[in-house]
Amino acid sequence: MSFRSLEEIIRKSKETGKAFWEIVMEDDMNERAASSQDSFHKMKLLYLSMRDANAAYDKNLKSASELVGGDGEKVHQALKAGKLLSGTFGGEVIAKALKMGENNACMKRIVAAPTAGSCGVLPAVLLTYEEQMGEEIDRMVEAMFVASGIGVVISVRAFLAGAAGGCQAEIGSASAMAAGALAYLQGGDGECIAHASALTLKNLLGLVCDPVAGLVEVPCVKRNVVGAINAIASADMAIAGVRSQIPPDEVIDAMREVGEAMPSALRETGEGGLAGTPTGIKIRDRVLMQ
Amino acid sequence: MNVFDVMGPVMVGPSSSHTAGAVKIGLTARKLLQEEVLSADILLHGSFLATGRGHGTDKALIAGLLGMKPDDERIPNSFQIADELGMKYTFSGTELRHAHPNSVLLKLKGRAGRELEVIGSSQGGGAIKINKIDGLDANFCACYPTLIVHNADQPGHISEVTTLLAKHGINIATMQLYRDKRGGRAVMVLECDQEIASQVIHTLEKMEGILKVTYLSLEEKDEFSIIGRDHKKK
Repeated sequence: MSFRSLEEIIRKSKETGKAFWEIVMEDDMNERAASSQDSFHKMKLLYLSMRDANAAYDKNLKSASELVGGDGEKVHQALKAGKLLSGTFGGEVIAKALKMGENNACMKRIVAAPTAGSCGVLPAVLLTYEEQMGEEIDRMVEAMFVASGIGVVISVRAFLAGAAGGCQAEIGSASAMAAGALAYLQGGDGECIAHASALTLKNLLGLVCDPVAGLVEVPCVKRNVVGAINAIASADMAIAGVRSQIPPDEVIDAMREVGEAMPSALRETGEGGLAGTPTGIKIRDRVLMQ
Repeated sequence: MNVFDVMGPVMVGPSSSHTAGAVKIGLTARKLLQEEVLSADILLHGSFLATGRGHGTDKALIAGLLGMKPDDERIPNSFQIADELGMKYTFSGTELRHAHPNSVLLKLKGRAGRELEVIGSSQGGGAIKINKIDGLDANFCACYPTLIVHNADQPGHISEVTTLLAKHGINIATMQLYRDKRGGRAVMVLECDQEIASQVIHTLEKMEGILKVTYLSLEEKDEFSIIGRDHKKK
């Protein structure tokens, strides 16, 4: 990837008059010596795989540790019964984020976006958007390119792995990617996209990676929900004209600095945070005994 | 970092390193063995040993050895499929020296009698490295057609191998050399830009001083999709 900043993508977009997503796609075309059809099709397949993965949810499945399973269905039922405050859009997003996280923990097929642990954030907001707004699939694929461009810049300037930078690097990045995609779908320009992702990342700065028993289950599955809802709130703010006072690229740099300062017990080692609570340790001992 | 390194891959969960990477290590080892796996002794190291089970690392390795890819939905059932196909396997823990935390030692026997020992590690995000083959350093990513030649540590073998490749129009992308001791057993690892035809491999195998030739092809060959259509339908 030739981009080291969101600023660069926005500048190139202004210079050429091409959309943010096109600049990202052209970079892939250059790098892989691929045609635009090839690049677009490859991304479309990933989006269709997200759809398939969502449809393949099995409410009766439990993960091997039995810590995870069935929660997405509970939220779905509560939504249908009219018990949720978050409305039809928000409620559906919560249910889908849980379902995808549960799919992952139960060894079903998912799309890492950017990681397996954070695989619920993007499909939760994008599939719900497509369903409820009746959006064309090609625009959904364009939004996937927007999200990927943001992810690439984060990976170059900071990191995407919990082991490297804590959960802010996984769920935080997924959330920033999703916010940018939503801002694009809602008509935002490059600047609006970048600020939507900056606002999102700021909200999750410092989030630690503390998986109980080292498994991608607790608290990972439910953190996909906060990533998705945070993305909607930030995209809404950005569309309304709210801007991050700290420029988006500097926010990403801050994420890196915070991640590097994080003790290793809070970076996917399964030692600190929730993993280190008395119950977390009890669960770990039980899982290891299995 | 490419767009599609960030978005994707499509994979069976829960972990790109402990599940998808483990499938890839198994699959690569199977390809290096160049035949169906009859038995596998699997020794897990570090984080693979500590948290592998909860991440399905064990099932993932078996799935790879059976020829499955990281997005294969049969991965959770790989033990059962291995049993049905008569592939034997054992799991145990080990401590490997200077190894990556996500490492595994695979001791394989093939149906036609080939034997192979591989140490592989999962580097994160689904990327892997093959660190050793039959006890000698290898260190390749399994993302190029890769030729591994074990030879007696004598003058001339490197030039013989590279000349033969040049004659067949094969460009060498990277090349590494290791040996256990002066005049002992040496290994050259060549990552190539083109696939190497099997008759070239056979010519190499017959050369004097060449002890073993292992080749990783990235081509999708039918003999590797061994599990057959019956299982696919299940």
